[in-house]
Amino acid sequence: MNLEFSPEEVAFRKEVRQFIADNYPRDFIGDGARDDLSREQFLAWHKILGEKGWSVPSWPVEYGGTGWTPTQKYIWSEENARADTIMPLPFGVSMVGPVIYTFGNDEQKARHLPGIRSGDVWWCQGYSEPGAGSDLASLKTTAVRDGDHYIVNGQKTWTTLAQHADWGFFLVRTDPDAAKPQEGISFLLIDMNSPGIEVKPIITIDGGHEVNETWLTDVRVPVENLIGEENKGWTYAKFLLAHERSGIAGVARSKRGVEKLKEIASTELLDGEPLIRDEDFSRKVSQLEIDLSALEFTELRTLAGEAQGKGPGPESSILKVKGTEIQQRLTELTMEAVGNYAAPYFRGFPQAGSNEYPIGPDYAHAAAPTYFNMRKTSIYGGSNEIQRNIISKMILGL
Amino acid sequence: MDFNFSEEQTMIRDSLARLIREKYDFDTRRGVVNSDAGWRPEMWAQFAELGLLMAPFSEEDGGLGGGAVDAMVVMEEFGKGLVVEPYVPCVVCAGGALKHAGSEAQKQEYLSAIMSGEKVFAFAYAEPRGRYDLADLETTATKSGAGYTLNGHKAVVIGAPWASHLLVSARTAGSRREPNGISLFIVDKSASGVVTRDYPTVDGRRASEVHFENVSVPAEAVVGEVDGALPLIERVADEATAALCAEACGTMGVAHKMTVEYSQQRKQFGTPIGKFQVLQHRMVDMFMEHEQSISMTYMATLKLDEPETERKKAVSAAKVRIGQAGRFVGQEAIQIHGGMGMTEELAVGHYFKRMTMIDHEFGNVDHHLKRYTALSAEELPAAAE
Repeated sequence: MNLEFSPEEVAFRKEVRQFIADNYPRDFIGDGARDDLSREQFLAWHKILGEKGWSVPSWPVEYGGTGWTPTQKYIWSEENARADTIMPLPFGVSMVGPVIYTFGNDEQKARHLPGIRSGDVWWCQGYSEPGAGSDLASLKTTAVRDGDHYIVNGQKTWTTLAQHADWGFFLVRTDPDAAKPQEGISFLLIDMNSPGIEVKPIITIDGGHEVNETWLTDVRVPVENLIGEENKGWTYAKFLLAHERSGIAGVARSKRGVEKLKEIASTELLDGEPLIRDEDFSRKVSQLEIDLSALEFTELRTLAGEAQGKGPGPESSILKVKGTEIQQRLTELTMEAVGNYAAPYFRGFPQAGSNEYPIGPDYAHAAAPTYFNMRKTSIYGGSNEIQRNIISKMILGL
Repeated sequence: MDFNFSEEQTMIRDSLARLIREKYDFDTRRGVVNSDAGWRPEMWAQFAELGLLMAPFSEEDGGLGGGAVDAMVVMEEFGKGLVVEPYVPCVVCAGGALKHAGSEAQKQEYLSAIMSGEKVFAFAYAEPRGRYDLADLETTATKSGAGYTLNGHKAVVIGAPWASHLLVSARTAGSRREPNGISLFIVDKSASGVVTRDYPTVDGRRASEVHFENVSVPAEAVVGEVDGALPLIERVADEATAALCAEACGTMGVAHKMTVEYSQQRKQFGTPIGKFQVLQHRMVDMFMEHEQSISMTYMATLKLDEPETERKKAVSAAKVRIGQAGRFVGQEAIQIHGGMGMTEELAVGHYFKRMTMIDHEFGNVDHHLKRYTALSAEELPAAAE
């Protein structure tokens, strides 16, 4: 047992750090709120990584993966967090991509994988419905076979960033009479420019437009866009959710977040002293750091297991639950640190180029909206209660 | 990075687990705890035979060439079996102090005897008014001729009733709570003027109040630097804390497992109570606390040889997390066992008691959260203006 990085790993970190410093398009992307970015800003880093061959590190090498060890992947995510990069979105890279190369046919692989790698094609996820959240298998969107097409009707919701999407992967009901709700579901790839698709914004409590309602009315989808077998979609969906959970811990990003929190709390004053020196506040920061350290070493243990061929199992549910709890606590403390200037609301309010004096410190603007926004993390990707159900069933055997 | 155990470590774990299964079942333990002696010297001899007592020492010192990870493996198994024998005070603390700072003569005489099981040490570091502050000492050692004379009162010295020797911290200079002026002594428990009052502890071990009444010790009894022993004491205390964290992991794991099994057998409202989601989620929370405790124990154990600040922060972080986890897992285990959890008869209550007392040893959650925060503050850039 040891915690040392090998000389090769140290060299790899250096290489990665230099590559990010030399190539990350910071001037173009800026440091604004994530969901205020344009499509081009979102994809800029993804495209650069695509050219470098680093956009899909976890994929098998034959499909364009890097063949990095788990430790190298860990270093990669640490370095990106350190540099505050906008990483490739997960919908293509870590969600539908692995489903296509695992369950798709050769034609589907040839057609879709290159666009995911390069960042030319934007994917969104059509899973949840107004009546199917945690109980995803109760979904009602139907796909009825009509010759060489499926005719899809229904409504999806929480479709993240669908306003930019070229393609979507959808769970649809192909057998309404199946014995179990899970057995009548299929996994369809749908061109988001198809007639009959309408994407309507949902504004969330932070004021942002990140998620959407997606309405499908008589949308004609060629049968060649069916992944795997008809009515076996639930299997592929579960596979995808397991992939989604690993990496969801967000350890590197949270570590960077703690650093920023400490910077803010060193600037903010309480009784004329830096807030970070206040006994109550500093202990809350300590507790957060300690819990983050526990999460980090739990993730490292999981990675070590993966390196020995143990796939991300139900243990990854711990990473989801604890990772999101920490992300939430971090944004909560950051907002607390900001104090009075958490209140002013600037989204869509003209500031750039304004002659007025700035209101509050720059770091204050996003504090409250980020806190509001991050409440989503314990709800999405299988709510934290669902994760507990998974551990209870799969690990404790209850 | 590597989280694998070596072949030797796996062998130690397996043979110790077998020994505990065969000779340290719960009823046997109960008998031992309630006996006059309160421990089994012959079990200690078996531990020595298995190599447990020499596992964490280098080959030059006559050990098996292992280190803190080996002690971690041993303590996790001890935790699973609620072993009462004094591995932490004797092997980790006294053995550790000798390993780091003992003279060749001291190693010859004492460390070899610890490894063979012939001499048993207890670590007399705490005092009635000192709480968890290792420097808050009223016990004095005054120079007298070539040696020293000890006077004072050491509190809750775990394992002292079984010990042949004591490792004692005392003030050779400076005032109470001052970091400088502290020295560490080896004292033969049969020396004239050593007065002990022995008693059982709530978690099945034995301890003593130890009084030193003009006890003479020779100059060769000093371990490490005269007046400068605090860093050594802190290091040994950190190593002991990491070992206790490992013990807590073993204890927590068993308490959790017992709780899950109980919930599958116990029926209420016509159904096993383990079918109730409200209890399932609590048992999942126990599982997550246990897993994170293991992670923190690895982290702290693997950082014991890092520079002082990093080591102290790592150990304090682990002790905070494990103190909290142990309390949660223990309390939930009792709650989910219901009335049966309250009985002396069932093992789970004994696991609860041990977890509770681990929080009190070498600094509780509050103490370590404070130490961690203070060390973090030192790392901050100096205040502006």
